Amino acid sequence: MTSTKYSISVAGENALIVYFGKQPNAVIAQQIAQTTAYLRQSIGTVLIDLVPSYASLLVIYNPLETDHHHIRAAIRTALSETTTEQEANQGSLITLPVYYSEESGPDLQSLADRKGLSVAEVIAIHQQTEYRVYAIGFAPGFAYLGEVDQRIACARLATPRQNVPAGAVAIADRQTAVYPAPSPGGWNLIGLCPEPMFNPNTEPTMPVQVGDRVRFKAITREQFLDRNGVLP
Amino acid sequence: MIGIRVIQPGILSLLQDQGRFGLHSIGLTTGGPMDKKAFRWANRLCDNSADCATLEITVGGLSLESEIHSWIAVTGADTALSINRKPVALWQSHPIAPGDRIELGYATHGSRNYLAVAGGFQSQACFNSQSTVTRERLGGLHQDGTALQAGDALPCSDMGQPKHLLRLPSALLSKVGTEKTALRVVLGYQQDAFTSLQKQLFFSSQYSITESSDRMGYRLQGPAIKPAIDGILSEGICLGAIQVPADGQPIVLLSDRQTIGGYPKLGSVLSLDLDRLAQQLPGSQINFKPISIEQAHNALLLDEQQFLNTQLEVIHV
Repeated sequence: MTSTKYSISVAGENALIVYFGKQPNAVIAQQIAQTTAYLRQSIGTVLIDLVPSYASLLVIYNPLETDHHHIRAAIRTALSETTTEQEANQGSLITLPVYYSEESGPDLQSLADRKGLSVAEVIAIHQQTEYRVYAIGFAPGFAYLGEVDQRIACARLATPRQNVPAGAVAIADRQTAVYPAPSPGGWNLIGLCPEPMFNPNTEPTMPVQVGDRVRFKAITREQFLDRNGVLP
Repeated sequence: MIGIRVIQPGILSLLQDQGRFGLHSIGLTTGGPMDKKAFRWANRLCDNSADCATLEITVGGLSLESEIHSWIAVTGADTALSINRKPVALWQSHPIAPGDRIELGYATHGSRNYLAVAGGFQSQACFNSQSTVTRERLGGLHQDGTALQAGDALPCSDMGQPKHLLRLPSALLSKVGTEKTALRVVLGYQQDAFTSLQKQLFFSSQYSITESSDRMGYRLQGPAIKPAIDGILSEGICLGAIQVPADGQPIVLLSDRQTIGGYPKLGSVLSLDLDRLAQQLPGSQINFKPISIEQAHNALLLDEQQFLNTQLEVIHV
Protein backbone atom coordinates (compact mmCIF):
# COMPACT_ATOMS: atom_id res chain seq x y z
CA MET A 1 0.00 0.00 0.00
CA THR A 2 3.05 2.23 -0.29
CA SER A 3 1.58 4.13 -3.22
CA THR A 4 -1.45 5.20 -1.21
CA LYS A 5 -1.54 8.70 0.20
CA TYR A 6 -2.98 8.60 3.66
CA SER A 7 -2.89 10.95 6.63
CA ILE A 8 -3.44 10.49 10.35
CA SER A 9 -5.10 13.23 12.44
CA VAL A 10 -6.00 13.60 16.09
CA ALA A 11 -9.76 13.29 16.61
CA GLY A 12 -9.89 13.62 20.39
CA GLU A 13 -8.16 12.66 23.64
CA ASN A 14 -8.51 8.94 22.83
CA ALA A 15 -8.94 8.74 19.07
CA LEU A 16 -6.98 9.12 15.85
CA ILE A 17 -8.54 9.22 12.40
CA VAL A 18 -6.87 7.84 9.29
CA TYR A 19 -7.85 9.41 5.97
CA PHE A 20 -7.30 7.20 2.91
CA GLY A 21 -8.40 9.60 0.17
CA LYS A 22 -10.86 12.29 -0.80
CA GLN A 23 -13.46 10.11 -2.52
CA PRO A 24 -14.61 6.57 -1.76
CA ASN A 25 -13.82 3.82 -4.24
CA ALA A 26 -13.43 0.05 -4.28
CA VAL A 27 -9.67 0.14 -3.62
CA ILE A 28 -10.04 2.47 -0.63
CA ALA A 29 -12.95 0.42 0.72
CA GLN A 30 -10.78 -2.66 0.61
CA GLN A 31 -7.79 -0.90 2.22
CA ILE A 32 -10.03 0.27 5.05
CA ALA A 33 -11.48 -3.21 5.55
CA GLN A 34 -8.00 -4.77 5.68
CA THR A 35 -6.54 -2.10 7.96
CA THR A 36 -9.54 -2.47 10.28
CA ALA A 37 -9.05 -6.24 10.49
CA TYR A 38 -5.27 -5.86 11.03
CA LEU A 39 -5.60 -3.26 13.80
CA ARG A 40 -8.28 -5.27 15.56
CA GLN A 41 -5.62 -7.97 16.01
CA SER A 42 -2.48 -5.88 16.44
CA ILE A 43 -3.51 -3.17 18.92
CA GLY A 44 -4.81 -5.61 21.53
CA THR A 45 -6.63 -4.74 24.72
CA VAL A 46 -5.91 -0.99 24.59
CA LEU A 47 -8.17 -0.79 21.53
CA ILE A 48 -11.66 0.42 22.43
CA ASP A 49 -13.32 0.59 19.01
CA LEU A 50 -12.82 1.07 15.27
CA VAL A 51 -15.16 3.02 13.00
CA PRO A 52 -14.56 2.34 9.32
CA SER A 53 -16.37 4.69 6.95
CA TYR A 54 -16.29 5.91 3.32
CA ALA A 55 -12.65 6.97 3.14
CA SER A 56 -11.56 7.02 6.78
CA LEU A 57 -11.01 4.86 9.81
CA LEU A 58 -11.45 6.17 13.37
CA VAL A 59 -9.26 4.35 15.90
CA ILE A 60 -10.41 4.71 19.52
CA TYR A 61 -7.98 3.59 22.27
CA ASN A 62 -7.65 3.62 26.04
CA PRO A 63 -5.56 6.74 26.82
CA LEU A 64 -4.82 5.52 30.35
CA GLU A 65 -2.84 2.58 28.96
CA THR A 66 -1.26 3.95 25.79
CA ASP A 67 -0.82 7.22 23.91
CA HIS A 68 -1.27 8.58 20.41
CA HIS A 69 2.39 7.97 19.48
CA HIS A 70 2.04 4.23 20.02
CA ILE A 71 -1.26 4.10 18.15
CA ARG A 72 0.20 6.09 15.23
CA ALA A 73 3.03 3.57 15.02
CA ALA A 74 0.54 0.67 15.05
CA ILE A 75 -1.46 2.32 12.26
CA ARG A 76 1.66 2.89 10.12
CA THR A 77 2.64 -0.75 10.58
CA ALA A 78 -0.85 -1.89 9.62
CA LEU A 79 -0.77 0.26 6.49
CA SER A 80 2.60 -1.10 5.40
CA GLU A 81 1.70 -4.71 6.18
CA THR A 82 -1.59 -4.84 4.28
CA THR A 83 -1.47 -5.14 0.52
CA THR A 84 -4.52 -4.60 -1.59
CA GLU A 85 -3.48 -3.80 -5.15
CA GLN A 86 -4.21 -7.26 -6.52
CA GLU A 87 -7.01 -7.95 -4.12
CA ALA A 88 -9.19 -4.93 -4.59
CA ASN A 89 -12.19 -7.09 -5.45
CA GLN A 90 -12.13 -9.01 -2.19
CA GLY A 91 -14.68 -8.76 0.56
CA SER A 92 -17.56 -11.21 0.72
CA LEU A 93 -20.23 -11.05 -1.97
CA ILE A 94 -23.73 -11.04 -0.49
CA THR A 95 -26.86 -11.29 -2.61
CA LEU A 96 -29.97 -9.69 -1.16
CA PRO A 97 -33.41 -10.60 -2.55
CA VAL A 98 -35.78 -7.72 -3.31
CA TYR A 99 -39.47 -7.69 -4.11
CA TYR A 100 -39.64 -4.65 -6.42
CA SER A 101 -43.19 -3.43 -7.03
CA GLU A 102 -45.38 -0.44 -6.52
CA GLU A 103 -46.97 -2.02 -3.43
CA SER A 104 -43.54 -2.61 -1.85
CA GLY A 105 -41.77 0.42 -3.36
CA PRO A 106 -44.06 3.46 -3.27
CA ASP A 107 -41.48 5.76 -4.94
CA LEU A 108 -40.72 3.44 -7.87
CA GLN A 109 -43.11 5.15 -10.30
CA SER A 110 -42.16 8.72 -9.39
CA LEU A 111 -38.44 7.88 -9.56
CA ALA A 112 -38.96 6.34 -13.01
CA ASP A 113 -40.91 9.44 -14.12
CA ARG A 114 -38.25 11.83 -12.85
CA LYS A 115 -35.47 9.91 -14.59
CA GLY A 116 -37.39 9.37 -17.84
CA LEU A 117 -37.31 5.58 -17.48
CA SER A 118 -39.86 2.81 -17.17
CA VAL A 119 -40.34 1.10 -13.80
CA ALA A 120 -38.90 -2.09 -15.32
CA GLU A 121 -35.76 -0.21 -16.38
CA VAL A 122 -35.25 1.23 -12.87
CA ILE A 123 -35.55 -2.28 -11.40
CA ALA A 124 -33.12 -3.71 -13.98
CA ILE A 125 -30.53 -0.96 -13.47
CA HIS A 126 -30.65 -1.29 -9.66
CA GLN A 127 -29.72 -4.98 -10.02
CA GLN A 128 -26.90 -4.45 -12.54
CA THR A 129 -24.43 -2.85 -10.14
CA GLU A 130 -22.23 -4.66 -7.66
CA TYR A 131 -22.27 -2.30 -4.66
CA ARG A 132 -19.66 -1.75 -1.94
CA VAL A 133 -20.54 -1.43 1.74
CA TYR A 134 -18.96 1.99 2.34
CA ALA A 135 -20.15 2.64 5.87
CA ILE A 136 -22.48 1.40 8.59
CA GLY A 137 -24.17 3.91 10.86
CA PHE A 138 -27.21 6.22 11.23
CA ALA A 139 -29.03 3.34 12.96
CA PRO A 140 -27.96 -0.15 14.10
CA GLY A 141 -27.31 -2.22 10.98
CA PHE A 142 -27.85 0.57 8.44
CA ALA A 143 -25.33 -0.09 5.61
CA TYR A 144 -24.55 2.62 3.05
CA LEU A 145 -24.02 0.98 -0.36
CA GLY A 146 -22.48 2.68 -3.36
CA GLU A 147 -22.45 3.66 -6.01
CA VAL A 148 -25.85 3.76 -7.61
CA ASP A 149 -25.89 4.06 -11.42
CA GLN A 150 -26.20 7.73 -12.39
CA ARG A 151 -29.31 6.87 -14.46
CA ILE A 152 -31.33 6.04 -11.31
CA ALA A 153 -29.54 8.32 -8.79
CA CYS A 154 -32.25 10.44 -7.22
CA ALA A 155 -32.40 13.19 -4.56
CA ARG A 156 -34.02 12.54 -1.18
CA LEU A 157 -37.73 13.28 -0.71
CA ALA A 158 -38.56 16.91 0.05
CA THR A 159 -40.48 15.74 3.11
CA PRO A 160 -39.13 12.64 4.87
CA ARG A 161 -41.60 9.88 5.74
CA GLN A 162 -42.53 9.40 9.39
CA ASN A 163 -42.46 5.63 8.96
CA VAL A 164 -40.29 3.65 6.59
CA PRO A 165 -40.88 -0.10 7.09
CA ALA A 166 -38.11 -2.55 8.01
CA GLY A 167 -36.60 -4.11 4.89
CA ALA A 168 -37.32 -1.09 2.67
CA VAL A 169 -34.83 -0.90 -0.21
CA ALA A 170 -34.10 2.72 -0.96
CA ILE A 171 -32.06 5.16 -3.03
CA ALA A 172 -30.67 8.58 -2.08
CA ASP A 173 -28.34 10.28 -4.55
CA ARG A 174 -25.75 7.66 -5.53
CA GLN A 175 -26.33 5.54 -2.44
CA THR A 176 -28.67 2.64 -1.78
CA ALA A 177 -29.57 0.84 1.44
CA VAL A 178 -31.95 -1.56 3.16
CA TYR A 179 -33.64 -0.07 6.26
CA PRO A 180 -32.89 -2.55 9.09
CA ALA A 181 -35.78 -1.42 11.30
CA PRO A 182 -38.84 0.81 11.00
CA SER A 183 -37.73 4.44 11.20
CA PRO A 184 -38.34 7.90 9.77
CA GLY A 185 -36.51 8.38 6.48
CA GLY A 186 -36.25 10.50 3.36
CA TRP A 187 -34.85 8.01 0.85
CA ASN A 188 -36.79 6.87 -2.26
CA LEU A 189 -38.38 3.48 -1.58
CA ILE A 190 -38.21 1.00 -4.48
CA GLY A 191 -38.83 -2.42 -2.92
CA LEU A 192 -38.67 -4.66 0.14
CA CYS A 193 -36.00 -7.15 1.21
CA PRO A 194 -37.26 -10.07 3.35
CA GLU A 195 -33.83 -10.74 4.93
CA PRO A 196 -33.17 -9.18 8.35
CA MET A 197 -30.33 -6.64 8.13
CA PHE A 198 -29.87 -6.46 11.89
CA ASN A 199 -30.80 -9.07 14.46
CA PRO A 200 -29.33 -8.72 17.96
CA ASN A 201 -30.06 -12.40 18.65
CA THR A 202 -28.02 -13.92 15.81
CA GLU A 203 -24.29 -14.22 15.20
CA PRO A 204 -23.30 -12.35 13.11
CA THR A 205 -25.90 -9.70 13.80
CA MET A 206 -25.61 -8.32 10.26
CA PRO A 207 -25.28 -10.09 6.87
CA VAL A 208 -22.72 -7.48 5.67
CA GLN A 209 -19.74 -5.52 6.95
CA VAL A 210 -17.80 -2.54 5.63
CA GLY A 211 -15.79 -3.57 2.56
CA ASP A 212 -18.19 -6.34 1.48
CA ARG A 213 -19.90 -6.38 -1.92
CA VAL A 214 -23.65 -6.56 -2.36
CA ARG A 215 -25.88 -7.49 -5.29
CA PHE A 216 -29.66 -7.22 -5.38
CA LYS A 217 -31.78 -9.91 -7.05
CA ALA A 218 -35.46 -9.53 -7.87
CA ILE A 219 -37.90 -12.01 -6.34
CA THR A 220 -41.64 -12.39 -6.87
CA ARG A 221 -44.39 -11.48 -4.45
CA GLU A 222 -44.85 -15.20 -3.66
CA GLN A 223 -41.12 -15.70 -3.00
CA PHE A 224 -41.13 -12.60 -0.78
CA LEU A 225 -44.04 -13.93 1.29
CA ASP A 226 -42.48 -17.45 1.41
CA ARG A 227 -39.41 -15.88 3.01
CA ASN A 228 -41.61 -14.37 5.73
CA GLY A 229 -41.58 -10.96 4.11
CA VAL A 230 -44.23 -8.59 5.45
CA LEU A 231 -46.07 -6.18 3.17
CA PRO A 232 -46.94 -2.78 4.66
CA MET B 1 -35.10 -12.23 41.24
CA ILE B 2 -36.79 -9.61 43.36
CA GLY B 3 -35.00 -6.37 44.09
CA ILE B 4 -36.23 -2.82 44.01
CA ARG B 5 -39.69 -1.75 42.80
CA VAL B 6 -40.24 1.45 40.80
CA ILE B 7 -43.11 3.46 42.33
CA GLN B 8 -42.53 6.64 40.27
CA PRO B 9 -39.99 6.66 37.44
CA GLY B 10 -39.35 10.43 37.45
CA ILE B 11 -38.74 12.48 34.32
CA LEU B 12 -36.15 10.18 32.72
CA SER B 13 -34.51 7.35 34.62
CA LEU B 14 -32.33 4.90 32.71
CA LEU B 15 -30.30 1.83 33.60
CA GLN B 16 -26.68 2.63 32.74
CA ASP B 17 -23.47 0.69 33.13
CA GLN B 18 -20.17 1.82 31.60
CA GLY B 19 -21.60 1.44 28.10
CA ARG B 20 -21.40 -0.74 25.03
CA PHE B 21 -17.97 -0.95 23.38
CA GLY B 22 -16.49 -2.45 20.23
CA LEU B 23 -19.78 -2.32 18.30
CA HIS B 24 -19.48 0.92 16.33
CA SER B 25 -18.82 -1.14 13.19
CA ILE B 26 -22.43 -2.38 13.25
CA GLY B 27 -23.72 1.11 14.02
CA LEU B 28 -24.21 0.83 17.79
CA THR B 29 -23.36 3.82 19.96
CA THR B 30 -21.78 3.45 23.42
CA GLY B 31 -24.49 4.81 25.70
CA GLY B 32 -23.30 4.78 29.30
CA PRO B 33 -23.35 7.49 31.97
CA MET B 34 -23.35 11.17 30.93
CA ASP B 35 -21.42 12.11 34.12
CA LYS B 36 -18.87 9.30 34.34
CA LYS B 37 -17.25 10.56 37.50
CA ALA B 38 -20.50 10.67 39.47
CA PHE B 39 -21.34 7.19 38.10
CA ARG B 40 -17.97 5.82 39.23
CA TRP B 41 -18.28 7.34 42.71
CA ALA B 42 -21.76 5.84 43.13
CA ASN B 43 -20.35 2.36 42.48
CA ARG B 44 -17.33 2.88 44.71
CA LEU B 45 -19.55 4.08 47.56
CA CYS B 46 -21.37 0.74 47.35
CA ASP B 47 -18.11 -1.28 47.18
CA ASN B 48 -19.08 -2.28 43.64
CA SER B 49 -16.84 -3.08 40.71
CA ALA B 50 -16.58 -0.31 38.11
CA ASP B 51 -18.84 -2.07 35.59
CA CYS B 52 -21.94 -2.41 37.80
CA ALA B 53 -25.19 -1.02 36.39
CA THR B 54 -26.70 2.02 38.13
CA LEU B 55 -29.70 4.25 37.55
CA GLU B 56 -29.11 7.57 35.80
CA ILE B 57 -31.88 9.91 36.97
CA THR B 58 -32.28 13.09 34.92
CA VAL B 59 -33.86 16.06 36.73
CA GLY B 60 -35.27 13.76 39.46
CA GLY B 61 -38.69 12.71 40.73
CA LEU B 62 -37.81 9.04 41.33
CA SER B 63 -39.52 6.95 43.99
CA LEU B 64 -38.52 3.34 44.75
CA GLU B 65 -39.49 0.64 47.22
CA SER B 66 -36.95 -1.92 48.38
CA GLU B 67 -37.79 -5.62 48.64
CA ILE B 68 -34.32 -6.57 49.88
CA HIS B 69 -31.65 -5.92 52.50
CA SER B 70 -28.79 -4.06 50.86
CA TRP B 71 -27.27 -0.59 50.65
CA ILE B 72 -27.44 2.25 48.13
CA ALA B 73 -25.61 5.47 47.30
CA VAL B 74 -26.71 8.47 45.25
CA THR B 75 -24.23 10.91 43.64
CA GLY B 76 -24.42 13.75 41.12
CA ALA B 77 -26.71 16.80 41.08
CA ASP B 78 -27.85 18.52 44.31
CA THR B 79 -31.13 16.73 44.94
CA ALA B 80 -33.02 15.92 48.14
CA LEU B 81 -32.80 12.21 48.98
CA SER B 82 -34.87 10.51 51.64
CA ILE B 83 -35.36 7.01 52.97
CA ASN B 84 -38.75 6.54 54.64
CA ARG B 85 -39.18 10.34 54.56
CA LYS B 86 -36.00 10.87 56.57
CA PRO B 87 -33.55 13.10 54.64
CA VAL B 88 -30.21 11.40 54.02
CA ALA B 89 -26.98 12.59 52.42
CA LEU B 90 -25.82 12.17 48.84
CA TRP B 91 -22.24 10.92 48.22
CA GLN B 92 -22.64 8.35 51.00
CA SER B 93 -23.98 4.80 51.24
CA HIS B 94 -27.12 3.98 53.27
CA PRO B 95 -28.63 0.67 54.36
CA ILE B 96 -32.02 -0.34 52.92
CA ALA B 97 -34.47 -3.02 54.07
CA PRO B 98 -37.65 -4.56 52.63
CA GLY B 99 -40.44 -1.98 52.59
CA ASP B 100 -38.12 1.02 52.66
CA ARG B 101 -39.23 3.90 50.46
CA ILE B 102 -36.38 5.68 48.64
CA GLU B 103 -37.33 9.08 47.26
CA LEU B 104 -35.34 11.50 45.16
CA GLY B 105 -36.69 15.05 44.75
CA TYR B 106 -35.91 17.42 41.88
CA ALA B 107 -32.38 18.67 41.23
CA THR B 108 -31.74 22.17 42.56
CA HIS B 109 -28.24 22.41 41.08
CA GLY B 110 -27.04 20.17 38.27
CA SER B 111 -29.31 17.80 36.40
CA ARG B 112 -28.27 14.15 36.75
CA ASN B 113 -28.04 11.74 39.66
CA TYR B 114 -26.65 8.21 39.84
CA LEU B 115 -28.14 5.63 42.17
CA ALA B 116 -26.04 2.54 42.78
CA VAL B 117 -27.06 -0.52 44.79
CA ALA B 118 -24.65 -3.03 46.31
CA GLY B 119 -23.83 -5.66 43.68
CA GLY B 120 -25.38 -3.54 40.92
CA PHE B 121 -28.64 -3.92 39.04
CA GLN B 122 -28.73 -7.20 37.13
CA SER B 123 -31.05 -7.03 34.17
CA GLN B 124 -30.34 -9.04 31.02
CA ALA B 125 -27.46 -7.54 29.05
CA CYS B 126 -27.84 -6.55 25.42
CA PHE B 127 -24.53 -6.75 23.50
CA ASN B 128 -22.66 -7.17 26.82
CA SER B 129 -24.17 -4.07 28.39
CA GLN B 130 -27.29 -3.07 30.30
CA SER B 131 -26.98 0.55 29.13
CA THR B 132 -30.25 1.97 27.83
CA VAL B 133 -30.15 3.69 24.43
CA THR B 134 -33.65 4.95 23.66
CA ARG B 135 -32.83 5.93 20.08
CA GLU B 136 -31.57 2.42 19.25
CA ARG B 137 -34.35 0.65 21.18
CA LEU B 138 -31.60 -1.32 22.92
CA GLY B 139 -30.68 -2.17 26.50
CA GLY B 140 -32.34 -1.33 29.77
CA LEU B 141 -34.62 -3.44 31.93
CA HIS B 142 -36.65 -4.77 28.98
CA GLN B 143 -33.74 -4.77 26.46
CA ASP B 144 -35.77 -2.43 24.24
CA GLY B 145 -34.39 0.97 25.18
CA THR B 146 -37.37 2.02 27.29
CA ALA B 147 -36.88 4.25 30.32
CA LEU B 148 -38.02 3.06 33.77
CA GLN B 149 -41.80 2.76 34.20
CA ALA B 150 -43.94 2.66 37.32
CA GLY B 151 -44.25 -0.96 38.44
CA ASP B 152 -40.89 -2.09 37.00
CA ALA B 153 -38.99 -4.52 39.23
CA LEU B 154 -35.26 -3.82 39.15
CA PRO B 155 -33.40 -7.07 39.81
CA CYS B 156 -30.63 -6.91 42.42
CA SER B 157 -29.33 -9.28 45.08
CA ASP B 158 -30.21 -9.35 48.77
CA MET B 159 -26.85 -8.42 50.31
CA GLY B 160 -27.88 -8.50 53.98
CA GLN B 161 -26.78 -5.76 56.37
CA PRO B 162 -23.77 -3.63 55.39
CA LYS B 163 -20.69 -4.12 57.57
CA HIS B 164 -19.75 -0.51 57.08
CA LEU B 165 -20.90 2.49 55.07
CA LEU B 166 -18.75 4.76 52.93
CA ARG B 167 -18.68 8.51 52.45
CA LEU B 168 -16.86 10.85 50.08
CA PRO B 169 -14.34 12.92 52.12
CA SER B 170 -15.81 16.33 52.99
CA ALA B 171 -12.84 18.15 51.41
CA LEU B 172 -13.78 16.66 48.04
CA LEU B 173 -17.50 17.07 48.54
CA SER B 174 -17.25 20.86 48.67
CA LYS B 175 -15.61 20.89 45.22
CA VAL B 176 -18.11 18.67 43.43
CA GLY B 177 -19.88 20.43 40.56
CA THR B 178 -18.80 23.95 41.53
CA GLU B 179 -16.04 24.44 38.97
CA LYS B 180 -16.95 27.00 36.35
CA THR B 181 -13.78 26.84 34.28
CA ALA B 182 -13.71 26.64 30.49
CA LEU B 183 -14.26 23.25 28.84
CA ARG B 184 -10.94 21.96 27.51
CA VAL B 185 -10.81 21.05 23.80
CA VAL B 186 -8.31 18.90 21.92
CA LEU B 187 -8.23 20.37 18.41
CA GLY B 188 -8.49 17.79 15.65
CA TYR B 189 -10.47 16.36 12.74
CA GLN B 190 -11.16 19.24 10.25
CA GLN B 191 -9.59 21.94 12.47
CA ASP B 192 -7.53 23.14 9.47
CA ALA B 193 -10.78 24.01 7.68
CA PHE B 194 -11.45 26.67 10.33
CA THR B 195 -9.32 29.82 9.96
CA SER B 196 -7.40 31.07 12.99
CA LEU B 197 -9.91 33.92 13.19
CA GLN B 198 -12.82 31.44 13.35
CA LYS B 199 -11.03 29.47 16.06
CA GLN B 200 -10.32 32.65 18.02
CA LEU B 201 -13.99 33.55 17.80
CA PHE B 202 -14.98 30.11 19.10
CA PHE B 203 -12.55 30.14 22.03
CA SER B 204 -13.29 33.74 23.06
CA SER B 205 -17.10 33.46 22.97
CA GLN B 206 -19.74 32.37 25.43
CA TYR B 207 -22.19 29.73 24.20
CA SER B 208 -25.49 28.90 25.82
CA ILE B 209 -26.92 25.40 26.03
CA THR B 210 -30.20 25.16 24.09
CA GLU B 211 -33.35 23.16 24.83
CA SER B 212 -32.39 20.77 22.00
CA SER B 213 -29.84 19.04 24.20
CA ASP B 214 -30.07 15.41 25.18
CA ARG B 215 -27.98 12.28 25.70
CA MET B 216 -27.05 12.34 21.99
CA GLY B 217 -25.57 15.82 22.02
CA TYR B 218 -25.75 19.36 23.38
CA ARG B 219 -26.69 21.98 20.82
CA LEU B 220 -25.15 25.36 21.60
CA GLN B 221 -26.10 28.88 20.63
CA GLY B 222 -23.68 31.75 20.21
CA PRO B 223 -21.52 33.44 17.58
CA ALA B 224 -21.64 31.34 14.40
CA ILE B 225 -18.35 29.85 13.27
CA LYS B 226 -17.91 28.89 9.64
CA PRO B 227 -15.52 26.29 8.28
CA ALA B 228 -14.19 26.77 4.76
CA ILE B 229 -15.92 23.53 3.70
CA ASP B 230 -19.64 22.65 3.60
CA GLY B 231 -19.56 18.99 4.42
CA ILE B 232 -17.31 15.98 4.49
CA LEU B 233 -17.66 12.29 3.71
CA SER B 234 -19.36 10.75 6.74
CA GLU B 235 -16.74 9.57 9.21
CA GLY B 236 -16.43 8.13 12.72
CA ILE B 237 -17.37 10.40 15.63
CA CYS B 238 -15.61 10.13 18.98
CA LEU B 239 -16.95 11.15 22.38
CA GLY B 240 -17.07 14.92 22.87
CA ALA B 241 -16.62 15.78 19.18
CA ILE B 242 -17.65 19.36 18.33
CA GLN B 243 -19.47 19.34 15.01
CA VAL B 244 -20.40 22.52 13.18
CA PRO B 245 -23.40 22.31 10.84
CA ALA B 246 -24.16 24.90 8.16
CA ASP B 247 -25.75 27.35 10.62
CA GLY B 248 -22.42 27.64 12.47
CA GLN B 249 -23.89 26.67 15.85
CA PRO B 250 -21.70 23.98 17.45
CA ILE B 251 -23.02 20.65 18.75
CA VAL B 252 -21.04 18.67 21.35
CA LEU B 253 -21.66 14.95 20.80
CA LEU B 254 -22.17 12.82 23.91
CA SER B 255 -22.89 9.28 25.15
CA ASP B 256 -25.68 8.38 22.67
CA ARG B 257 -24.05 10.12 19.68
CA GLN B 258 -24.45 8.78 16.14
CA THR B 259 -21.42 6.64 15.20
CA ILE B 260 -20.75 8.44 11.89
CA GLY B 261 -21.61 11.88 10.56
CA GLY B 262 -20.81 14.32 7.77
CA TYR B 263 -20.47 17.75 9.41
CA PRO B 264 -17.04 19.37 9.83
CA LYS B 265 -15.60 19.01 13.34
CA LEU B 266 -13.24 21.30 15.22
CA GLY B 267 -11.97 18.75 17.73
CA SER B 268 -13.29 17.14 20.88
CA VAL B 269 -14.03 18.22 24.45
CA LEU B 270 -11.95 16.51 27.15
CA SER B 271 -14.02 13.73 28.74
CA LEU B 272 -13.35 15.05 32.27
CA ASP B 273 -15.13 18.26 31.28
CA LEU B 274 -18.04 16.44 29.61
CA ASP B 275 -18.99 15.26 33.11
CA ARG B 276 -19.50 18.91 34.09
CA LEU B 277 -21.23 19.75 30.80
CA ALA B 278 -23.69 16.88 31.32
CA GLN B 279 -24.78 18.47 34.62
CA GLN B 280 -25.60 21.84 32.99
CA LEU B 281 -29.15 22.80 32.13
CA PRO B 282 -30.45 24.58 29.01
CA GLY B 283 -29.71 28.30 29.30
CA SER B 284 -26.36 27.80 31.04
CA GLN B 285 -23.40 29.65 29.58
CA ILE B 286 -20.22 27.79 28.73
CA ASN B 287 -16.92 28.56 27.05
CA PHE B 288 -13.97 26.60 25.72
CA LYS B 289 -10.19 26.64 25.73
CA PRO B 290 -7.75 24.67 23.58
CA ILE B 291 -5.27 22.18 25.04
CA SER B 292 -2.75 19.91 23.36
CA ILE B 293 -3.16 16.15 23.10
CA GLU B 294 -0.25 15.83 25.57
CA GLN B 295 -1.96 18.11 28.10
CA ALA B 296 -5.14 16.06 27.67
CA HIS B 297 -3.21 12.86 28.26
CA ASN B 298 -1.58 14.25 31.43
CA ALA B 299 -4.92 15.53 32.75
CA LEU B 300 -6.53 12.11 32.25
CA LEU B 301 -3.70 10.24 33.98
CA LEU B 302 -3.61 12.69 36.89
CA ASP B 303 -7.36 12.57 37.36
CA GLU B 304 -7.36 8.77 37.30
CA GLN B 305 -4.61 8.61 39.94
CA GLN B 306 -6.50 11.08 42.15
CA PHE B 307 -9.68 9.05 41.80
CA LEU B 308 -7.96 5.74 42.60
CA ASN B 309 -5.93 7.22 45.49
CA THR B 310 -8.86 8.88 47.22
CA GLN B 311 -9.72 6.97 50.38
CA LEU B 312 -13.41 6.98 51.21
CA GLU B 313 -14.36 7.68 54.82
CA VAL B 314 -15.60 4.57 56.59
CA ILE B 315 -18.66 4.87 58.83
CA HIS B 316 -18.97 1.92 61.19
CA VAL B 317 -22.49 0.63 61.74
